[in-house]
Amino acid sequence: MVEKNNRFQIVVHFIMILLCVFCLFPFLLLVVSSFADEQQLIRDGYTIIPKSFSTAAYDYIFRNAATIFRAYGTTIMVTVIGTVMNIVLTTLLAYPLSRKDLPHRNVWSFLVFFTMLFNGGLVPSYIMWTQYFHIKNTYAALIVPGLMMGAFYVIMMRTNLSQNIPEEVLEAARIDGAGEWRILGRIVVPMSLPIIATLLLLVGLAYWNDWTNGLYYLTNKKFYTIQVLLNAMLQDLQVLLSSSFSGASNVDVSSMPSTSIKMAIAVVGAIPVLCIYPFFQKYFVKGITVGAVKG
Amino acid sequence: MKKGIFQRHRRFIPLYLMMIPGFLYLFINNYIPMAGIIIAFKQVNFRLGILKSPWVGLNNFTYLFRTNDAWTITRNTILYNVAFIVLGTIMAIVLAILLNELKSKMGKKVYQTVILVPYLISMVVVSYLVNALLATETGFINNSIIGVFGGAPVSWYSTPKYWPVILVLVFLWKNFGYQSIIYYASVVGLDAGLYEAAAIDGATRWQRIIHVTLPGLKPTIITLVLMSIGRIFYSDFGLFYQVPMDSGPLINITNTIDTYVYRGLMQSNNIGMSSAAGVYQSLVGCALVLLANFIVNKVSKEDALF
Repeated sequence: MVEKNNRFQIVVHFIMILLCVFCLFPFLLLVVSSFADEQQLIRDGYTIIPKSFSTAAYDYIFRNAATIFRAYGTTIMVTVIGTVMNIVLTTLLAYPLSRKDLPHRNVWSFLVFFTMLFNGGLVPSYIMWTQYFHIKNTYAALIVPGLMMGAFYVIMMRTNLSQNIPEEVLEAARIDGAGEWRILGRIVVPMSLPIIATLLLLVGLAYWNDWTNGLYYLTNKKFYTIQVLLNAMLQDLQVLLSSSFSGASNVDVSSMPSTSIKMAIAVVGAIPVLCIYPFFQKYFVKGITVGAVKG
Repeated sequence: MKKGIFQRHRRFIPLYLMMIPGFLYLFINNYIPMAGIIIAFKQVNFRLGILKSPWVGLNNFTYLFRTNDAWTITRNTILYNVAFIVLGTIMAIVLAILLNELKSKMGKKVYQTVILVPYLISMVVVSYLVNALLATETGFINNSIIGVFGGAPVSWYSTPKYWPVILVLVFLWKNFGYQSIIYYASVVGLDAGLYEAAAIDGATRWQRIIHVTLPGLKPTIITLVLMSIGRIFYSDFGLFYQVPMDSGPLINITNTIDTYVYRGLMQSNNIGMSSAAGVYQSLVGCALVLLANFIVNKVSKEDALF
């Protein structure tokens, strides 16, 4: 019996390890290939076992770093501003909705909820943002269209607040003479730090990874984030070289180790999230389960 | 009387003030575009503005449904989603149960961490990963797998027949960890007493899984599957546009409603048909969510979304 159980455990470990390899294999291929010698790549293709070592791709990227550093800067700025604005808007909307005594609470909640049921689609949104708000080729294009990420997070936070903050606490604060703003700042927010932290991570990740807003609303490379840059380079590596804003960048295109650069640039784009993730793994898992099990 | 209403509302004024920015944003970002579906019934002329553009009735829809595109994008969107729902759900449930049966705490944590990694990566980076595998000249599969066995290299990006499998694999690769973790959380939350009772009754592992775990997961399965069915008219734009690298020969097999709308708007400048397809998606999508919820309400009321 014990032995049979051990065998079962080993089989499960084996399956899980296979799946982990399945998950990680493409990343390994990416990293190994980005450090490979260009000639060897052209001969053997991308390989999982390093056959040569060269940092030519990274040297090349960092010699022409203006584009990439600028894109990184834009990504960080957009992620920070967008995430903070998102969380502020979401909290300000979710707290009143979580209050059972709010007049017409159901009507307000429905107005939020309805945006999840029905939407106008890409065409009206695109025309509105570009023709009437003129966000094309501005930083706002990267922040504003995704500001609330759908009403889902509002509903999620509302539910969380109404479950986790006892009405007696709010009542006691009110008797002590605290106004609603004070209650929000001194009681509700400190008591909801776990859900706020979780939302920060999910929204931050969404901003970091977003490339569609850039695809829809940007034509000027000046505003590219790292994901938008990666997206443009997938079609045409030359984007990295164009010197529209980086000053004199008279690079010889033919000397570009284009096969390995392609992999190196993807590594550069993926590495921050992969490095940060293990430290926040707990919150990610929590965010996923909190959000999905009951909205 | 008037004063009474004012008095009653006065203490809620701060709450209303808090809600203003959020509702203002939802009004602009969500409600105005909803009104914008009138674009689908107009011949848009930007010089005149949307409101003054001439009405054309259902012409845009008639044109759309007269083309083969309407059928192709509907078929693709639905069939891919069905494959994603069926395979994704089965894989996630199996994994959640396996994770739960695992004794090693360390193993549980490490495996959970690793299988979530693909979920964190943007579709653009995924496209690079897929490209590293499939590129015709330098791709891993052509060189290190097919090449080693002496086969002829395949031109993946211009051979449509492989793409249903490729897209399903990419979807599973990116999402199975995420879904497994949702189901795992649900398995962990099951009543431990039921397992003890099963153990006392001498149930084998298999019996325990069939009679305790799976029935316990039923509410989660119903909710998640129905939510996906409600989204069956929507697709991940990046998966269908960027992963196949917008490759022309593949369009018939990779075009979904979302990529069609995007291409109509940005590439072929066909706003009429593009917006008609968008409205078609929104209306059917909304109807499906309502239908899905109606069914959950009948099957198990407490799992209904609303």
